[in-house]
Amino acid sequence: MIYVVIVYLWVALLLYLLLGGADFGAGIIEMFTSEDNKAKARKIMYEAIGPIWEANHMWLIIAIVILFVGFPTIYATMSIHLHIPLVIMLMGIIARGTAFAFRNYDAVVDNMQKVYNKIFVYSSFITPLFLGIIAGSTVSGQIDVHANTFLSAYIFSWLNWFSVTIGFFTVALCGFVAAIFLIGETTDPADRRRFVRKALQMNIAAVIFGALVFISAITDKIPLVQWVFGNPVGITAVSLAIISLIILWYLIYNGRSKSLRLLAGFQITMILLTTTYKHYPNIVILKNGGYLSLLENKGADKTIEALGMALLIGSVFILPALIYLIYSFQKKE
Amino acid sequence: MPFFMAVAHFYWLKTKDPVYKNITKAWSKGVAIFFATGAVSGTVLSFELGLLWPNFMKNAGPIFGMPFSLEGTAFFIEAIALGFFLYGWDKFNPWFHWFTGVIVGVSGIISGILVVAANSWMNSPAGFDYVNGQYLNIDPIKAMFNAAWFEQALHMSIAAFAATGFAVAGVHALMIIKRKNIKFHTMAFRIAIVFAAVAAILQPLSGDISARDVAKRQPAKLAAMEAHFKTERASPLIIGGIPDLKTKEVNYAIKIPGLLSFMTYDDFNAEVTGLDRIPIKDQPPVAITHYAFQTMVGLGILMLLLSLVYFFALFKRKAWFNAAWFLKLFVAAIPIGFVALEAGWTVTEVGRQPWIIQGVMRTSEAITPIPGIRYSFYLFTAVYLSLSLAVIFMLYRQIKMVPKLYDNEVTRPIS
Repeated sequence: MIYVVIVYLWVALLLYLLLGGADFGAGIIEMFTSEDNKAKARKIMYEAIGPIWEANHMWLIIAIVILFVGFPTIYATMSIHLHIPLVIMLMGIIARGTAFAFRNYDAVVDNMQKVYNKIFVYSSFITPLFLGIIAGSTVSGQIDVHANTFLSAYIFSWLNWFSVTIGFFTVALCGFVAAIFLIGETTDPADRRRFVRKALQMNIAAVIFGALVFISAITDKIPLVQWVFGNPVGITAVSLAIISLIILWYLIYNGRSKSLRLLAGFQITMILLTTTYKHYPNIVILKNGGYLSLLENKGADKTIEALGMALLIGSVFILPALIYLIYSFQKKE
Repeated sequence: MPFFMAVAHFYWLKTKDPVYKNITKAWSKGVAIFFATGAVSGTVLSFELGLLWPNFMKNAGPIFGMPFSLEGTAFFIEAIALGFFLYGWDKFNPWFHWFTGVIVGVSGIISGILVVAANSWMNSPAGFDYVNGQYLNIDPIKAMFNAAWFEQALHMSIAAFAATGFAVAGVHALMIIKRKNIKFHTMAFRIAIVFAAVAAILQPLSGDISARDVAKRQPAKLAAMEAHFKTERASPLIIGGIPDLKTKEVNYAIKIPGLLSFMTYDDFNAEVTGLDRIPIKDQPPVAITHYAFQTMVGLGILMLLLSLVYFFALFKRKAWFNAAWFLKLFVAAIPIGFVALEAGWTVTEVGRQPWIIQGVMRTSEAITPIPGIRYSFYLFTAVYLSLSLAVIFMLYRQIKMVPKLYDNEVTRPIS
């Protein structure tokens, strides 16, 4: 049952990265869209993500609940040492969620709309940035449970080049996923061209930040190269991601809209797989070579048993309803 | 609120009176705003548990986490159903669409019950053995169905209906007084007030069940609620008053002899444990708990009386419905349900102090080691305050727009 729980944790993270990421990305795209086109871009995004947007953010709650019920020590350690980035991320989540709701449900249309939009785009940028920083910090080896100064315990645990570049890499990925998603939502050629350009920019940004991640891994002495390329799974996943990326761009420039999302989703899956596979089951890597393993830090057996059952039963309810929801509101051609 | 919405929606589907459809749509905007802010604060909650109380979560997470993992499911279903409901007008079979609205309500209630079940575990820990500082033989199912879950969940669910019902009804009453869209607001008022009134009449019964159990399980909390300093037979019920910690007296209070004993043990002569039996270091803050409890009960009784007035008018004095004084009563009652609800949470949380897990772990042992946590506290307090203000502002704007958005109706009062 422990493996069921771990798989759910991983899948919840993946889906949050994909679906929540596409949501964040929509805000990021809006941020980088010129004033003239903002309103139109916003409308397409709203139609695309409106009905499923609340559901997209539930994956984070599922992941965090799995963590605190099943792996409380890991949850507690992260909560203590990554307190500051977590708080900033939460602020981003609050600001973004409320701004999104307000701009869509506010009955009065006036200057307040501008305020909501501002809050929405900035928090769409900051939230995934800090999510990335938090994710990077868990494997950066900078979390020091024996630290005795404020800076080393609560600041340098996350403020390092590696974590920060991962943060920006995450932002670029979210923007990329969103752009790809939106290409499929539009029928107007001008809109399509705009989203294709955005996808390309985000793709380039992702490559640049990806390279910076590797460089900072070397300077921060993190064996990232070995994690990614030191095993057959990593090499295969990276190769598949690159091949699917080439296919994706080939399809885009041939005017196709189908399968784009699948390919982009596949790439994200491969990236998450590569970055988590090698050090599994050690989800958090501590300073001085220590680590927190999912297998060694699990809660009581009965808890894991019950949690696994709850997740399995929950999916019986959630998945069909969610799939029907997404299906029902897909753009009809 | 989703239930009010579903009732209005039901009437719309049955009677085809467009006013009901408008009410449904107007309320659904409110539901959407509440849900969105509820969802983000729910996300924050699941992180804050660790950010503030890592040591509590490290030990308690696997024990009391079960309701949270189920709540995740219920919350998820609610989000999905809300997506269907808000965006599904004219897209689906009308009754399927109606049903998704009902699901929003049902899964919302289930979420609420599950979260309260987690909280009740802190009051009435179960499902583990605490041996030499170790938590052994963990059974999350037993922990979820702890002795307090039912009465706490019942009390909270009823409170939710009463608080929302009075707030919604009051707002519509205000609009009737202002002579705006009278038909719309009258019909909305009548739906909301029925929920509020039934809940307010049931609530004292549920409160009685809760208080009896608290007396058994958490005598310190009951003693603080009642500002009951001295253990004695035929204990008086203390109403109001200012507890003086030095003299162990409650000044300026109304004391009804024997009533506390009767209310907790059905016997006017029964002995009720007072604070003198509780070591000082295990005593909760008496004044806050007592005031909060008095506030909750006082407002609860007010709501009960209002509900009785409403039913009296409904069956005997229909004319009152158009009388300004009658409507003003309900306008005045807009905030009291929510104030009572917050006071109630203050009673149960402050009354449990100094424990975070009753009798097992002290709050001071649970807190995060990070220095400067007070700044985090200020920050979140500020954020939540502004969030509440923003929601009120947003609702105010919804109400202001009613004439423009739903202006296809008569403006004559209906009898």
